[in-house]
Amino acid sequence: MQILMTEKAATPLLLLHPSRGLIDEKFSLMVQNLSQIQEITLHALIHSDDGDYWEAFGHYVSDATGLVNVANDSSLGGTYDGVKPMGLLWSMRPVPGSRIGLRLRKKEVHTPMLVHISVYRGHMSQGFKEQVALASVVTERWYMSPGVRRVDITEGGITGTLFLPPGPGPFPALLDLWGGGGGLVEYRSALLSSHGFVSLALEYMTPRTSGGSTSHVGNEYFEAAFTVLKQHPQVCGDRIAILGLSFGTSVALGMAVYSTVIQPRCLVCVSGSHVQPVKGSLSDVFSEINKNVHNTRYDEENRVIWRDLLLPIPTDPTKKVDVGQLKCPVLMIVGEDDQNWPATESAEDMKQMMEKAGNSHLLTTLSYPGAGHLIEPPYSPHIRASNFMVAGTRQKFVVLWGGETAPHGYAQEDSWKKTLSFLEEHLYRSTERWHHRSYSHDGEIIFLGLSFS
Amino acid sequence: MGCQPHHLLPLFGCFCLVFFSRCVSTMVGTSPLLSVQPTRGLVDEKIQVVVRNLPPAFSVTLHSLHHSEDKDLWEAFGQYTSDGQGTVTVAKDASLGGTYEGAEPMGLLWSMQPVPGSRTGLRLRKMDVLTPLVVHISVYSGHMTEGFSKQSPLATVVTERWYMAPGVCRIDIEEHGVRGTLFLPPGPGPFPGVLDMWGGGGGLVEYRSCLLASHGFVSMALEYLSHDKNRISDIDSKTYFEKAFRIVQEHPLVMKDRVALFGLSFGTSVALNLAAYSKDISPRCCVCISGSHVLPVNKSISEVFKKINEDRYKTRFDEEGCVVWRDIILPIPTDLGEKVDMGRIKCPLMLVVGEDDQNWATVESAKDMAQMMRAAGNEHLLTVLQYPDAGHLIEPPYTPHFRASNFIVQKTRQKVIMLWGGYTKPHADAQEDCWEKSLGFLRQHLYPSHDSVPKAKL
Repeated sequence: MQILMTEKAATPLLLLHPSRGLIDEKFSLMVQNLSQIQEITLHALIHSDDGDYWEAFGHYVSDATGLVNVANDSSLGGTYDGVKPMGLLWSMRPVPGSRIGLRLRKKEVHTPMLVHISVYRGHMSQGFKEQVALASVVTERWYMSPGVRRVDITEGGITGTLFLPPGPGPFPALLDLWGGGGGLVEYRSALLSSHGFVSLALEYMTPRTSGGSTSHVGNEYFEAAFTVLKQHPQVCGDRIAILGLSFGTSVALGMAVYSTVIQPRCLVCVSGSHVQPVKGSLSDVFSEINKNVHNTRYDEENRVIWRDLLLPIPTDPTKKVDVGQLKCPVLMIVGEDDQNWPATESAEDMKQMMEKAGNSHLLTTLSYPGAGHLIEPPYSPHIRASNFMVAGTRQKFVVLWGGETAPHGYAQEDSWKKTLSFLEEHLYRSTERWHHRSYSHDGEIIFLGLSFS
Repeated sequence: MGCQPHHLLPLFGCFCLVFFSRCVSTMVGTSPLLSVQPTRGLVDEKIQVVVRNLPPAFSVTLHSLHHSEDKDLWEAFGQYTSDGQGTVTVAKDASLGGTYEGAEPMGLLWSMQPVPGSRTGLRLRKMDVLTPLVVHISVYSGHMTEGFSKQSPLATVVTERWYMAPGVCRIDIEEHGVRGTLFLPPGPGPFPGVLDMWGGGGGLVEYRSCLLASHGFVSMALEYLSHDKNRISDIDSKTYFEKAFRIVQEHPLVMKDRVALFGLSFGTSVALNLAAYSKDISPRCCVCISGSHVLPVNKSISEVFKKINEDRYKTRFDEEGCVVWRDIILPIPTDLGEKVDMGRIKCPLMLVVGEDDQNWATVESAKDMAQMMRAAGNEHLLTVLQYPDAGHLIEPPYTPHFRASNFIVQKTRQKVIMLWGGYTKPHADAQEDCWEKSLGFLRQHLYPSHDSVPKAKL
C-alpha cells in the first residue's frame, strides 16, 4: 500500500490587470489559490529614478474560496485601510532607513514606473526584503501613452517641453505651469497629452541672467509661451487653457485678467492664490511674499509653514487679481490642510469678489478636507513634507505641504477626474455660437450662425 | 436648430479658412475624442474603443492599421453611426459593414487582413516577443471601404499589444541538443511548467509560450523541425521530447509534478505519443489543438514523415489551387499500430478541433479518440472543444484569421499555399473561447486550490 504525500502547498496566483497602465488608470488586483481564511499581506515596491525605495502594504484575509480581491475586500491595516482598490499606490512611502524629505517624481517620461506587487504570508509590517514572497508580479505605470510625441521647445525665447497626442489634430492645448520648485517638470503634460491635449510644460521659475543682472521672467515670457501654442499647426488657437499649480495659479489668474495676448478658454488653478500685485510680474509676487517672511512658522519637527505669508487676504484691490474681470470658466482646486499657500482663504475671497462682480457662474471650486498643497495626478504617493529648494536661491528647507494620506489620495483622484472632465467640456465639447462676417460679392455683410444643436 | 446651409458649403468653407484658419475640422464641430483602453495591453486582453464628441447620427468608420515585422500592412474597419449623444461605443454598437459586422468589441483586431495590393498568402505572426504589436486605430468621417491611406482621419490613437507581461524573462535554451526558448513568469515561484510545441511549419515560434508565462506558467517553446534541412535527423526519437520535458521539469522554479504538454497540429501528435508511451516522463495534463492520434506509433519523426509522404497522393486542391491535406490521414485506421492507443492516456486531456479544418482530419480523429477512450474506460479524462466553421490554426485570440497562407513543406522545401480552413468570425470566436478554456484547464490542473484532498494510491 502506498500513500502519496499531501500535494505541495499551491502557489497563489496574483492577477493584476492591466499589467501596463497609464499612471491615472485603475487596476484590478486579486489573489487566488490561497487557503481559506488565510492572512496575507499585499505589498507594493518602487525603485525610483533617484535610487530610493518606496513601499506600501495592506493586510487582508482570504475568503472561503481562498480569494482576496482588493476591489471588494477591506485592508485591515498597513499603510492604508478599508476598501481601497488603489491604496497600494497612493499610500506609498519611503522604506525605513531612507533619506529624509523625499518626493517621488518621475523625470524621465519615456519610461514607465515599475511597481513590484507581491503577496506575503501573514500580516507583516516590516522586513519584506528578508522574506520570500508567495508570488509577485510587475506592473508598468506610464505617463505617456503610445504615439505621444515629446518635443523640446526653445523658440520665442522660452524653455519648455511640448507633448503632442498621436493623430492629425488639430487639438486643444494647455499651458502647464508648476510652482516655486522650478525646473522643467514634464510628467503632467505627458499625461495630459495622453488624454488628447497638446500640452506645454513651461520652465519659468529659474531666474534669468541678462545684462549682468538676475531677475525673474517678465509677463512677456508667458505671452510668448501662449503664442507658441497658439501658432502651432496642430493646435486649435482658440482652445487653449492654462493649468497652474501653486505659483502657476498666480501666473494663470494674473495673465487671464490682465494680458491682452493671453486669452485662455478656461483655467484650472490648483493650490494657489489670486493675491499678488495687480498687473505685476513674477518678481512682484515674490517681493510681496518676502515682505511677510516674518509670518513664517515652523511645526514641531521644524518644517517650514509658509501659508501665512499671504495672509490676511488683503482688502486693498491693488493687491489681488481682479477676478471680477475673468471672462472664462475657472476650476479652483484647494486642499483644506494646505500648509504652504492659503488656498482655502483665497478661494473664498475670489468667490466673494466674483459674486460681487456678477461673474461667479464662471467659478467652480473643489475643496478637499484633509488634502495638502501638492494636489497632483492620482495614485502617486502623498508626502506631508519634503526637501525643497527655492529655484535660483539654492536655499534648502524642509517644507510642510500638509494633508493626510487617505484624504489627500482621494483629493488627487477626484480632482484629476474632474479636471479632465472640465477640460474636455470647455476645450473639446463646448460648441460656441460663432458668428462671423462674410462678404458677398456685392459687399453686403452676411452673418452666418453656426451651431450644432 | 441653426441653419445648415449645405449648398453654401464651398463658400462657407473658404471663409472659414480665412477667419478660423486653425480649426479645419469645423464641419464636424470640434475634434472627436477617440479613446482606446488599455493603450498597452496583452494580446489576449480586450480593448474598449469609444468615440465621443461627434455630431449625433453621424457616419464614421473605425479603422485599425498594423505594420508587420515582415513589412506588410494589415487593416480592419467597421462602419458606425453615432448615437444621440454623438458617441460610438464599439463594444455595444453594431458595425454596419466593413471587415466585420455587428457588435464586435475586438473586431478591429481579429478581422484584420492585408491591405489591397499586398503580397498573397500572408500570415501575421510576431516573431520578436520583446516588442509589442503596434496598432494605429483611427476614426474617419463617413462610411469608407478603401482609400484610408489617402484620407486624413478625424483622430488616431496608438495601441500596443504585448505577448510579454512586465517581468517575464526570456531565456535561450540549447541543452543536450535540445533547442528552444524558455519563458519565466515574474516572482519567486515555484510555477507549473508547459512544454509548448507547434506544428509542421517548423522553426522556433515563441509567442504562445511567452503569453503562457505572462499568465504564470514557465513555458518552453520547443524547436523540433528546424528550417535547416540537415537538422531533422537529430530528432530521431521520443528521447528529444523527453529531454525537453525534463529541461522544463528540472528547472529550479518549476513544480516537478506539474508540467503539461501543449501542442498544435503536429505538436498534438507528439504530445499524444508522449503521454501514451513515454516511460520517462508523465505530463500532468495535455492541451491538444487541431491534431490527431493517427501516426505510426512510437516511431521517430523521420518515419512519421515518411508515412505522411506515402499518403501524400491523397492531397487535394481547392478551386484556387490551395493545398488541402485533410484526407491524408483518412480513413482513420483501425489498426492499433497506426494510431496512439488512447486507452493508455492517464492524465486529463483537452482536445480542440475546428470543424472546417482543411489541413488535418481533426474532427474525425477527435471522434475516434473519444470512442477509444470510452472503450478503455478513461473517457472521464477527456474534454473536447469543437468549433463550427473554425479552421486549423486555432491560436491565441484577437489575431487575424487567414483561410490559406504560404507554407514550405518540410521535407521537400516546396512552396505551396496551404488551405487551413475556417471563416473569419467563427474562427475568431473559436480562438477567444479556446484560449480562455485552455488557460482555465491549465490552471485547474496545474494551479490547484489549496485544500486539495490528498490522493491515496492503494
